[in-house]
This record gives sequence, structure tokens and C-alpha cells, in this order.
Amino acid sequence: MKYSANSVWENKDGYDVVVVGAGHAGCEAALATARLGLKTIVFTVSVGSIALMPCNPNIGGTSKGHLVREIDALGGEMGKVIDRSFIQSKMLNRSKGPAVHSLRAQADKALYSKNMRMVLENQDNLDIKQMEVTEILTENGKVTGVMTYSGAKYACKAVILCTGTYLKARCIYGEIESYTGPDGLQAANYLTDSLKSLGIKMYRFKTGTPPRVDKRSLDFSKMEEQKGDDRVVPFSFATNPEDVQIDQVSCWLTYTNEKTHQIIKDNLDRSPLFSGAIEGTGPRYCPSIEDKVVKFADKNRHQLFVEPEGLETNEMYLAGMSSSLPEDVQYAFYRTIPGFENVKLVKNAYAIEYDCIDARQLKASLEFKEIEGLFSGGQFNGSSGYEEAAAQGLVAGINAARKLLGKDPVVLDRSQGYIGVLIDDLVTKESREPYRMMTSRAEYRLLLRQDNADQRLSLIGHEIGLISNERIDKLNCKLKYVSEEIKRLENTHIGNTSEVQALLEEHGSTLLTSGASLADLIRRPELSYEILEPLDKERKKFPLELSEEIIEQINIDIKYAGYLARQQKQVEQFKKMEKKLIPFDINYDKVKSLRIEAVQKLKEHRPESIGQASRISGVSPADISMLLVYLTAGGNDAETKE
Amino acid sequence: MKGGGLVPPFYHYSERKFMEKPIVAISTAVNYAGIGIVRLSGPGAIQVADKVFVSPKNKKLEDQKTHTIHYGFIKDQDEVVDEVLAMLMKAPHSYTKEDTVEFNCHGGIHIVRKVLSLLIEAGARPAEPGEFTKKAFLNGRLDLSQAEAVSDLIYSQNDYALKSSVGQLRGNLREKIETIRKAVIYNTAFIESALDDPEHISLDGYPEKLEMDVDIWLATLKSLLDNAESGKILKEGIKTVIIGRPNAGKSSLLNVLLGEERAIVTDIAGTTRDILEETINLKGIMLQVIDTAGIRNTKDAIEKIGVEKAKQYVDKADLILYVIDASDKLSEEDLDIMKLIGDKKTIVLLNKTDLALNVTEEEVLSTINSNKSDIKVIQISAKENEGITKLEETITAMFYDGKISFNNEIYITNARQQSALLEASQSLSSVKTSLEANMPEDFYTIDLMDAYESLGKITGESIGEDLVNEIFSKFCMGK
Repeated sequence: MKYSANSVWENKDGYDVVVVGAGHAGCEAALATARLGLKTIVFTVSVGSIALMPCNPNIGGTSKGHLVREIDALGGEMGKVIDRSFIQSKMLNRSKGPAVHSLRAQADKALYSKNMRMVLENQDNLDIKQMEVTEILTENGKVTGVMTYSGAKYACKAVILCTGTYLKARCIYGEIESYTGPDGLQAANYLTDSLKSLGIKMYRFKTGTPPRVDKRSLDFSKMEEQKGDDRVVPFSFATNPEDVQIDQVSCWLTYTNEKTHQIIKDNLDRSPLFSGAIEGTGPRYCPSIEDKVVKFADKNRHQLFVEPEGLETNEMYLAGMSSSLPEDVQYAFYRTIPGFENVKLVKNAYAIEYDCIDARQLKASLEFKEIEGLFSGGQFNGSSGYEEAAAQGLVAGINAARKLLGKDPVVLDRSQGYIGVLIDDLVTKESREPYRMMTSRAEYRLLLRQDNADQRLSLIGHEIGLISNERIDKLNCKLKYVSEEIKRLENTHIGNTSEVQALLEEHGSTLLTSGASLADLIRRPELSYEILEPLDKERKKFPLELSEEIIEQINIDIKYAGYLARQQKQVEQFKKMEKKLIPFDINYDKVKSLRIEAVQKLKEHRPESIGQASRISGVSPADISMLLVYLTAGGNDAETKE
Repeated sequence: MKGGGLVPPFYHYSERKFMEKPIVAISTAVNYAGIGIVRLSGPGAIQVADKVFVSPKNKKLEDQKTHTIHYGFIKDQDEVVDEVLAMLMKAPHSYTKEDTVEFNCHGGIHIVRKVLSLLIEAGARPAEPGEFTKKAFLNGRLDLSQAEAVSDLIYSQNDYALKSSVGQLRGNLREKIETIRKAVIYNTAFIESALDDPEHISLDGYPEKLEMDVDIWLATLKSLLDNAESGKILKEGIKTVIIGRPNAGKSSLLNVLLGEERAIVTDIAGTTRDILEETINLKGIMLQVIDTAGIRNTKDAIEKIGVEKAKQYVDKADLILYVIDASDKLSEEDLDIMKLIGDKKTIVLLNKTDLALNVTEEEVLSTINSNKSDIKVIQISAKENEGITKLEETITAMFYDGKISFNNEIYITNARQQSALLEASQSLSSVKTSLEANMPEDFYTIDLMDAYESLGKITGESIGEDLVNEIFSKFCMGK
């Protein structure tokens, strides 16, 4: 059979789902749909860049560590892969409250990428294809397939867009620019036009990455060594803690100085950020070094963390040093930094601009409101970070699968997880910069801890079909130990014996005047379950693999019970509004007495619940009252989701 | 005013605080008559009532049957505030279908307000305008056909409350609250920056500093709360300035309105030298009236100060009462005054109608170069007490479409401010408790943000993205 060069070749493999992009969002999306039994194909511009980490060599960090834990609890892959690919790990904020403890690992980037790629390659129902997708095909507002750069047509029932920073990507190095994606990879230049023709509103965002330097050109004796934790905590609830106690690699800390700052100031006019050559909106949370020097002029030094990119490379990442200054200026100022006198840059710092969407066009399920079967996740939705991307990819994948399986979407709300906060913020609030997760964005943060992600989400993951029975058994076993032990501690009373007083004194704790329960003592900030061991004669051993997790839960549940109960109460109130759904076809013009601004905003956003409506800027409490009255009166058939 | 240009303060319910409290309001028109009813409704209403209500036999309302009336006292600690009848209606047998207690108070307006204030302290929250009716409707108590009426009620009252509450904070109160508010968000942002970027920002030694700041904020809020109890948070009334050239009859008008001779009235031009300030209750509308020294070109130093002040007052006024001596021709001074008026809501009073008129309404309107709809002209005779009813009607129409009693709103607004101050104060006390208990720093910010939100209710500002913005603008983040 002979093929004509002009005709369209139509793939007949009968895919259910097409995933566009194989970054952190695309990988989770494709794994989720394939695991839920749907025939899936994932397109990438380069198979070598599957699960690429083009910027920082970390997974986790404050609030992002929470996301990874939640992804894991729902049945995603990121946590498991990093547990097999890290070279250093730290629990940040250990001296602070449990709500802000955050796990952060240094990844061996190449290994992470390879490990994730192997998971994808060996996943049933999942095919990988190196090809650029150029067009989304629809009929009557419904997805029917995609076209590729090669001119082939792939029919499917759902498409998940996870294009990251590749759409019309442009990299800028000082006065030089090139139309490529991250790390010099090929950009995707056609899809934007197809999306625009479908009526999708696009934004142009900007981000940047610091340089990579050659390890051999650095003098580490002039820097401070930063070691990992002695005892490593795994990301995945499925990983046995003993399996992650590895030999770790160090990071290094050094500082800029006034000389560095002077060179930067003298050459600001050559920075495209300051000359205006970059039009995209940059993120405020990772300011370039020139931004920092200008904005925080009173600081005479800035920290610079030097982090390895992996075990099998000499490249080191310079955290805190992103810059869009020209190459000669970069060389000059880096060489003023202690330990960097002879530094050699392997890769210059650069800024990257790309097309993404106004995510308010999405439902909380991450499906486009106007195009059935089209889902999206990751930086394409205007977020930033590997973890944020993976979380959305997982949710988009789960919901695309559920749609094809005829099930209701899974939507996490702000009281269930950081994933809920992330997606609600993205689809509700207007953002003009890539959105980064922060613990301060979560109003119920005491309840949304990284240590209890499994308690919060694993049952949901199990119901979805991504969490195994074994993992639920393990969770239930852990919870049983925790509750029984807490009960025992509440009911075990000790007197003010000399042994007790001696231990209290040793830990700077007020002596007992009468008896107290062990739980009472654990409530004291300076004491803990572990410290009281000598006084607790009846203590039994927990299963080794779960022991650390159980003890952590006991301490938290006892110490912060009052605060937790208070937030739980707030959550109950919050849920009432989230459960009041707004019909999709509501006509806001018919709602009596809404202010014009509110009508405009509500029409633009089309919130799914009264709760979401109340978070839209420009909608007042009085407007919400009007809506409630209107819905109660049956202007539309309001329903309450239980 | 549907879809009007007013920008309301957005209190985003769901963001931070979402605790359900019973609502409370004075449900009778607030006047100086003897009896007033304070209505309390919602989950926990009876428990809140029991905190301030004491019956002679110490029986608790909670233990009583629904639809019963109980005699007793409202107490502030050990001090008896009023002798009351408490009417108990348990859910769902009440207007709102929720637990409701109504107190019949006997001690007059100040006592009624004190009772309201005590109930807020005990855990109630001042009702939003129309909220009892809204509750009744949402709980299925009212016919669905009444939805429209309920909407209108909520809307008009909200709209009105916004008009009357924002920008009327007394004296330097706004400044004090904003100072605390700024400091609170700055400190919160600092803690959050450190939590977000622990390797760049350290919190060593910080709790000690914060504790000192919290003490100062708490002391300031306490002094504000002490004032709040006597209802002095808001300027109570429409800022009204009486102007006119000397001897046009300004002081006579004020005296007629006041019903007593307070300003010095003589026939010699320029004898009202001090600015007189009076609160007048005009058919239920509160006016905060300022009588100014006659505006007149003068070299007399003392009088000049008065004239300068008058100009300043005109700038700040909500309403100008411009008195013209209609028995005389318009003078050059009148032309100066007309320039001063600008676009302000103004009622021009052609005074001395008891004498022959030399100025007409048309003449005045054509001379004043301003938006005509905001200018009304009325003929009066302050001396003969004529045209005053017309003046009252005009003011009512100008400000409230004749619908709502201003006094009630002022008290509600005052109660809201008090409640917000109290919330802020309680949140800051929680911060202090957490500090004293050596809790980790992230526990402080929850209560700090609550305090920030509560203070914002007083100044009419919402949280929005304030915290994230403050973090990025004030603190240098890493990566």
C-alpha cells in the first residue's frame, strides 16, 4: 500500500485519552487514566525529556512537600519516584508547628527522569509518542481528537493539555534570545493558535532559571556545608522508611557581597527585565538577583545555595541566582562571590516566556467549561513548580477518566487538601503571575498537614481506584494504634514521685504538685511521647515500619487538640457554603438586586457553588445573600450535594 | 441604587472566619421612649442569653419551655443593668425557625444599647441589615413568593448601611486602627516569609518582640472598646454645615432646629465667633450640625480664623444648609459662598420670608454653577418658625428616599464596630496565649490574620491577597 504525502493519515488504535506533554503534569495524568483502564497515549516533543526537571533540583519544600504527600495519598507517582531518586533529604521547619513541617529532597535529576520514564514505559494501556500536537479537534463543543505535526489524526474522547512552558516558548539570555523551550528543547509553536480558535483566552507568563556551574571550578572550602537529615522521612506512605536511609550528598551555602551588587547595578540597563524587552509577567517569589539587588537595596548580601544536579554530573545549581543579564555580566558578578573566583558557567541563567491560559475558564474538575472532554493541568494553567503541576495533572487525569467512565468528577475543596486550595485559587482568582503554593494560602492549614495526607485522602484515592486495599489496611492499622494509644495515655495517671519530678526537671518542665495523666504531660511544649518513655511502664512496641508515623500522630493529636477542634468547626461552617451548588445554566440577569459588577463577575466565572462565588473578588456578601434567596425561591432548581 | 457606583467593603466570609454565632439587634425603633426590644436568634442564642440574664430564682432559660416569658435582670458582672422580661422561643417555633430570645427592656435607649453591647460580648454578633428576615426565608419560614421582597429589603438596607457607615469613623479612630492593622499584617507576613523560606529568614528571638507589640495593640483596642460601650465610635449623624453671610439668620435657624437658644443671636453682623457643634434629631434623622461664623471679608483676626474653619467644614460636610437673607439682594459675599458650595448636597434657605422678598429661587439656581439636582431651595422664616417641616422633609428625601430611620442604622453600625473590635481583641489575646504557652510561630499567624480581618471590618477593607502581597513586597524570598 502506498501513502499519499497530502492526505491525512488517521490512527485507528482507538485511544480514549490523549495527553499532550510528558512533564510532571502529563506523567501523572497519563498514569492515572491508564491505570483507571483507559487507553491512553502521551505525546512529548522529546522522549528524552519525560519528567524533566529543567529548573531547581528539588522535589518538595514548604507547602510543595504537602502537595507531594497528597499526590501520593491519592495514588499519584511523584512521591514514589523521588523516594528512589533523591540524594539528600530534609524536613524543613522541624522547630515550628507540625502544619508547616515540609519535606524537601534534592533529586538526582537524570535519575528522577529515568525512573519516571520507566514507570510510564511499563504501564499497561499507556503508549508514548514523540511528536508535537498541533491542533485540538472538536465537534459541537466536544473533543474528538488531535492533529499532529506529521499530519496524522488521532481520534480520542478526552484530551489533557499539559504543555508546561513549551507553547510559543522564547528563552532570553541578556540581549540574546532564541525560540526554544526549556534547556534548549524544541518549542511548540502551533497549538496556541488552535486553542485560540476554540475561544480559549491565553496569557503570556514568564519565569526564569539560574545558571549551572562546573563543580570543579568551585572552592567549597570558602562555603558552609549543608547536610541532609540524619534520619530521612520518605515522601510516599508506601515506602518503607528503612529503604530511604542512604548516603547523602551535601549542598553548599555562600553569599553575594557589595562588589557583586555594584556590578549588577552598573549593568541593569542591559537586563531585558529592566529594559522592558520581556513582556511576560514574572513571578514575585523567585526574583532574579537583579530584582533582589534593586528592591532590597538595604541588604548588603544575599544567600546563594549551591546544589548538586545529580551524582553523575558535575553541574551545580545556584539557588537564588536567577538572572537575565548578559553572559559577560554574569561571569563578572559571579566571580566576586567567595568560592566562585574561578567559576565556569556550564549553562547561563535565562528567562523563559510562554503561553498559558486564564484558568478561570476551567471547572474545578480541570475540564474546560466550554469544551467538553478538554482538560488541562500544570504550568499551562498558570501555575509554577513541579509539584503544583503534578497535582493538577493527577486531578485532570482522574477526572478525564471518570468522565469517560460516566462517574462524577472528584473535586477536593479547600478544607481537604492543598490540592483543593491550589485548584480553587487557580480557577477562581485572577492571577497575573505563575501561581506558587504557599502554606499561608491554606486557611485550614492545621488540619492539612503533610503527616496526615493519607488520613485525609487515601480513602478517596481508594474509591477512585488508584490506592490499593493493602494501603488502606495499613492506614487503618496505623489509626487504630494511634487512637488506642491516645486513650491509654489519657487514662494512665502518674503521681509526683521522685522519678517523675527528676525527668520533668531534666527537661525544664514545671514539677507536679499532684497526679497527672501522661497525656497532660505530652501537652506541655517541652515534653513529648518519646521523652516520657522512662515513666511509661506499660508501653507496647508498634510495628517497626509504622512506628515513627504512629508516634508523630500521637504527639500532634494530643498537643494541638484544642486548635485542631477549632479549625474543624470552621471547616464545618465552610462546607455548608461549598455544598450549596449553583446550577450551570443560572441566568444572573434574573437574580433580583445583584449589583452590575457582581453580575459581570459571576457571568465571567460561572462559579459552581455559593462558596466559590463568595471568593470571587467583586462579589459582596450582600450579593451572596441575593443569590441564596434567589436559589431558595427556586429561580433555578438549586440542589444540595451531600 | 441598584448596580450603583458605591464600592462596598468585601468581607469574604469563607476565607478565614466562618464561625456561626447567634445574631442580635434592637428590634424596636431606637428612640428615647421607655421600652425597647432586643432580639437574639440563631444556634446558641439561649446559651448566650443565659450569660447575661439572671432570674430571681436563678433558673436558666435553657431549661425552660418554649414560648414562655421570664422575669429577671440583665447583669453586667454583678451590676444590674435593667429589669427585663425575656421571651423564649425555641427552634423551630420562632420567626427565624432558630432559637430566639427577646428581651423587653425598660430603661430607655442607653440601657437598650448597653444590653445589646453585653450580648455581643457574650458571644452574639450584630445582625446584618435584614438578616432576621433572611434567616426566616432561608429556613423556609416565609412563602417563596416573598423572595423578591426579601431581596429588596436586604439590598436597600445593605446599600444604606454602606453609605452611612464607611468614612464616618470618629476622629483619629481610623488612624489608630489602620496603624495596628498595618503592623499586624507586617508581622504576619514576616512570620509567613520565615515559614515559607526557613533557610533565608530566621525567627530567632522574634516571639519576645511580638509579645511586646501585641501588648501595645491590646491596650489600644481596650481603650477603643471602652469608648465603644458609650456608643462613640461613629459620628452620629450627617455632617451638616450652616453657612451664610453674617446676620442671614444662621444662628436663628440652628436655634429653631435645636429648640433652644444656644448660639448668640444679635443683630450685629459677626457675633457668632466660635464654631458651634450640635447633634439634632430631626424626625429620626441625626444631624451633626456645625454653625459657622458668617463668611465675610474681614480683617478682624479672630473672625478670620472662624471663616477659615468654615471653609474647611464645608469641604468635609455631607450637607450644606445655606442661609440667604432674602429680604436683601444677593451680595458679593453670597457669590463667594456659592463658589464654595461646589457639588455638595445643599439646601438653600431663603430666610426672612416674614419680610418682603428680594431674592428668587430662579436667581439662586442660575447663580450657583453646580449640579442642579443636588441643590434644593426652600423658603423659610426662622424667626416665625415657618418652612421647617418642609426642610425636614427635604433632608429625609435627599438622604434616605424617606425610607429608613437613620438612628437605627447608626446603632447597628456602632454595634458592628464594637463587635469587630471585640473580635480583634479576642484574636490578639489568643496570640498572647499562644506566645505564653510557647506554641510554635505558625500558630500565631492564624489569630493574627483573624485580628487583621476583624479590624478591616471597621475600616471597610477586606483581606483579598493582602498577605501574599505583603510577603512579596516586604521580604526578600529566595529560590
